[in-house]
Amino acid sequence: MADFASDFWHWFIAIVSLVSILVLFPFIYLNRGKPNEGKSETMGHVWDDDLEEYNNPLPGWWFNLFLITLFFGLGYLLLYPGLGKFEGMLNWSSTGQYHQEIEAAKSQYDPIYERYAAIDIVDLSQDLDAMKTGARLFINYCSTCHGSDARGSKGFPNLQDHDWLYGSDPAQIKTSILDGRTGIMPPWEAVIGKEGSINLAHYVLELGGRDHEAALAEKGAVQYGQLCVGCHMPDGTGNPALGAPNLTDRIWLYGGSLETIAQSIEIGRSGVMPAHRDFLGENRVHLLAAYVYSLSQEYEQE
Amino acid sequence: MSPHSDYNYRVVKQFAIMTVVWGIVGMAVGVLIAAQMAWPVLNFDIPWLTFGRLRPLHTNAVIFAFGGSALFACSYYVVQRTCSVRLISDKLAAFTFWGWQLVIVLAAITLPLGITSSKEYAELEWPIDILITLVWVAYAIVFFGTITRRKIPHIYVANWFFGGFILTIAVLHVVNSAAIPVSMTKSYSAFAGVQDAMVQWWYGHNAVGFFLTAGFLGIMYYFIPKQAERPVYSYRLSVVHFWALVFTYIWAGPHHLHYTALPDWAQSIGMVFSLILLAPSWGGMINGIMTLSGAWEKLRSDPILKFLIVSVSFYGMSTFEGPMMSIKTVNALSHYTDWTIGHVHSGALGWVGFISIGAMYYLIPRLFNRDLYSIKLAETHFWVATIGIVLYITAMWISGVMQGLMWRAVNPDGTLTYSFVESVQASHPYYVVRFIGGCMYLGGMLLMAYNIWRTIFDSSERATTGSPVTA
Repeated sequence: MADFASDFWHWFIAIVSLVSILVLFPFIYLNRGKPNEGKSETMGHVWDDDLEEYNNPLPGWWFNLFLITLFFGLGYLLLYPGLGKFEGMLNWSSTGQYHQEIEAAKSQYDPIYERYAAIDIVDLSQDLDAMKTGARLFINYCSTCHGSDARGSKGFPNLQDHDWLYGSDPAQIKTSILDGRTGIMPPWEAVIGKEGSINLAHYVLELGGRDHEAALAEKGAVQYGQLCVGCHMPDGTGNPALGAPNLTDRIWLYGGSLETIAQSIEIGRSGVMPAHRDFLGENRVHLLAAYVYSLSQEYEQE
Repeated sequence: MSPHSDYNYRVVKQFAIMTVVWGIVGMAVGVLIAAQMAWPVLNFDIPWLTFGRLRPLHTNAVIFAFGGSALFACSYYVVQRTCSVRLISDKLAAFTFWGWQLVIVLAAITLPLGITSSKEYAELEWPIDILITLVWVAYAIVFFGTITRRKIPHIYVANWFFGGFILTIAVLHVVNSAAIPVSMTKSYSAFAGVQDAMVQWWYGHNAVGFFLTAGFLGIMYYFIPKQAERPVYSYRLSVVHFWALVFTYIWAGPHHLHYTALPDWAQSIGMVFSLILLAPSWGGMINGIMTLSGAWEKLRSDPILKFLIVSVSFYGMSTFEGPMMSIKTVNALSHYTDWTIGHVHSGALGWVGFISIGAMYYLIPRLFNRDLYSIKLAETHFWVATIGIVLYITAMWISGVMQGLMWRAVNPDGTLTYSFVESVQASHPYYVVRFIGGCMYLGGMLLMAYNIWRTIFDSSERATTGSPVTA
């Protein structure tokens, strides 16, 4: 076992541990004392005027309790790893137990997800039993960021609003979960300054058809044409291939007030959806994708 | 026998009063953070008041300020009276008092500021650690120096426990706090990875074993026979359980690291010795409770004895619970849940708190040569605090077992039945009950403070029969 740099330490641990338990047997046995038949006598020492001590023998039940724990300890160290690198007669190890439990869980649960994985995502999203399981997966693995109701939070997309940064196609949703996404909005303050950011923000408001100051938006439009069109497109409708948001709808990942938009331009944003391929496996992600897909379908029917 | 005036009672008085003061402070912080668990808004979005900073302040205040002051007060009192000799140095004793108070004040400043080594129960940064070391060395010199000048040949059992506690805490503190400083307020542990975790819990569990157990057993061994006016039940048992306890405790730390990166062999050894620790622990409980045999009727009318004996009962209960929780399969359920918090508090509120409170009710009137202002008020204190403890620990048991079961519950499709936040939500009512229990315990301490205040400032002089000279 790699736990020990040399055999010396193995023997050191094994011998010291064993002797430490064994030495307690004679220690309690020899100090047991004889039954005093109900007559307790003091030791004859007196402290602080009246502090004295009887010398009753060790209570029998306590002595036996001590013995039981000592025998249990010896038995345990015979069966389980403990005495240095001696692995114990049961050959148990915590890693072994882990692998055993994982294998058992795999053989029990994997067939369920294999069955689901064979079904098309759109069809799967109609299967009530599958969606119950999908919801449980979502609650445990997704709700921390996207919320128990999947409506997201600042910086974490709402999954119920049929607005998709990376596309609404089931396959695209599955890819987002499997491999994750990294959405980068670069910071522009160094290039255009605070004032430029505010001008740009006014233009962004104009793109969405909201109240804005026309004079500032006009200045902002020039910079938009130079800096923003590459990702957000000339009309501001964004580009799902890059995860660039549509700026003309009323849906804002980080907030849609003038100040917040200007801030997004100034300091940039960096959104990360972690990859789940290795963590959950493709079959569970397939089911999750169907569940997430189903959320936006219900929203449209409402 | 040395007359009353020959003892250094000044330092004992100082530590005794501060025991009550720090008890109230530490427990008030505990009640605040218990309330924050139920109503998180109570941190008011102020960084200094957040749970993460106040929790170490609470633990440091109750263990080292309240418990520490009680230990200093009782050990200085007991060592003088059972050796029939004055402390060897008034100056060094005064240094331990003022030094220790400075440590506490520094803790109260640095911890809310977020200055921490992040080692549980050893959060204080390196300059304060050095101050603790200096105070502790002075404490050891005063205590052992006084023992060597004793006028009675045999060393009383309480002093073995105080001595064991002082020596071991010195070793634990120095080793675990070893660190490399990078600035006045920041240092990095001398140990890394799983070794650091192991050193931390070797320290952590023995802080429980020696600071909170051996030291308070020293208090128990003096104040129970004194208050019961009965001889200690068994000298033989005290010898056997003392050596078995100090020998076995030192091995038990790894049970805090079950199912972690700690190698299996170390976990097993920790578990085995934790189980063996049951009997040595119960030896102390037996000696405490059996000392009362033949004088049980005193329990009915004497609140001080009630505190002391119920304390030892809680000691027995939590030292049964501890070994059980160290069994791997039980630990798999209990670890990281509120059960651990309940276990700690049955020891802290029940054992450490009650034995200290009982000892202070005995000690303070004698130190000031007064009668206790109100026995009835002390009796009320006892019942309020006892009900508070019961509410606290039952709430945490239920909450803890529930959390453990919720976290491991699995649906037929292999998914977890509950998300984490559902277990938090389910715990809420128990957090409210825990808060109420904590309020009651703190309320009891306030009654005590009032009672002690009146005792010192306007109670009558003690009747001659109860004077410390002849008692």
